[in-house]
Amino acid sequence: MATLIGGIGTSHVPAIGKAIAEGRQQEPYWKPFFDGYLQAQEWLERMRPDVAVVIYNDHGLNFFLDKMPTFAVGAADQYFNADEGWGLPVSKPYPGDADFSWSLIEHLVDEEFDITICQEMLVDHAFVVPNQLLWPGKDRRPIRTIPVAINTVQHPLPKPARCYKLGQAIGRAIAAYDKDVRVVVLGTGGLSHQLEGTRAGFINKPFDQYCMDKLVSDPEALTRFSNAELIEKAGSQGVEVLMWLAMRGALGSSARPVHSHYHIPISNTAAGLMVLETPQSALVAA
Amino acid sequence: MDHHIPGTIIYDSGEARKGYALNKMCYSLNEAQNRADYLRNEEAYWDRFGLTSDQRKAVRSRNVLEMLEAGGNIYYLSKLAGAFGWNVQDIGAQQTGVSLDAFKAKLVQAGA
Repeated sequence: MATLIGGIGTSHVPAIGKAIAEGRQQEPYWKPFFDGYLQAQEWLERMRPDVAVVIYNDHGLNFFLDKMPTFAVGAADQYFNADEGWGLPVSKPYPGDADFSWSLIEHLVDEEFDITICQEMLVDHAFVVPNQLLWPGKDRRPIRTIPVAINTVQHPLPKPARCYKLGQAIGRAIAAYDKDVRVVVLGTGGLSHQLEGTRAGFINKPFDQYCMDKLVSDPEALTRFSNAELIEKAGSQGVEVLMWLAMRGALGSSARPVHSHYHIPISNTAAGLMVLETPQSALVAA
Repeated sequence: MDHHIPGTIIYDSGEARKGYALNKMCYSLNEAQNRADYLRNEEAYWDRFGLTSDQRKAVRSRNVLEMLEAGGNIYYLSKLAGAFGWNVQDIGAQQTGVSLDAFKAKLVQAGA
């Protein structure tokens, strides 16, 4: 049976990918940020997951406004990255796990999450950068990945409560999978930031700290916000905390915090990192 | 959506309908060849995607707030910004009417 070892919430700012490509990790601007990932990397080394379910949002690489799925799940054995238009190097493909994907899809639809099924799915920086941060090293592809995309481009966006429930259903789908694999769930994005409008550059440290606290102890508190309220408090793109909420939903009530890190600014963003582990992780730790 | 947040656009149905042509053009700029074609002849590229007069005016003036006003979505506009050689901090400084250094300083200040 599959074992869900834990989850990680992490920012996915494109500038991080650029800094990695240019080898700037030790520069004064970047070092405090990258050093925050060492403990997460060590945790992953100990837990040795086989599969990562990566909950992220597409920023106009795979999906356009012609067809905008609220929730989309990859069902391929390989996922390609591609040019996003503003200079980030294109990453090599990521291995998928179509058997696992289809099992997840069957389970989610059975639970009445009518997701969009994608046998081809370009993955953008929101998928690539967290993989690079958590499994560093040139072109490393340590584990198989399942992309799950949540629409944050075109309103109406799925509600925070719905994203949390999607995560809970993903958690149950993992628990029900009959192969012996170790699974980690990633939720990527955030934390507070805003790219557009006269409020561009908005960051809200107290609200981010509130979110990181609640994600550990009382995630359901965050499900009571509307998306408009999240945008007001965290900025337009701060609504990406939806992906963290879905990740947290997958882990269940007994998950415990392992590590967290928070750093302002990375580009226009307050960058956050959180590692949580499930009680099952004790059974597999090296 | 009736929730008004100052300085912020909720990208709802009205925005998406208004901005479709502009955003579709921007989406095409994911490809390097299209970015090169775009820069070679902007007007012809606007014609190809049927940009409205407001959208043409906004893009011609390189004014991001006007592009947003014309229905541009920031995720797609970022590809046009890429063609122009701008990053998100350049865009932030332009929209808030400050220098790039002042914009960056404000971000650092948010962490204090």
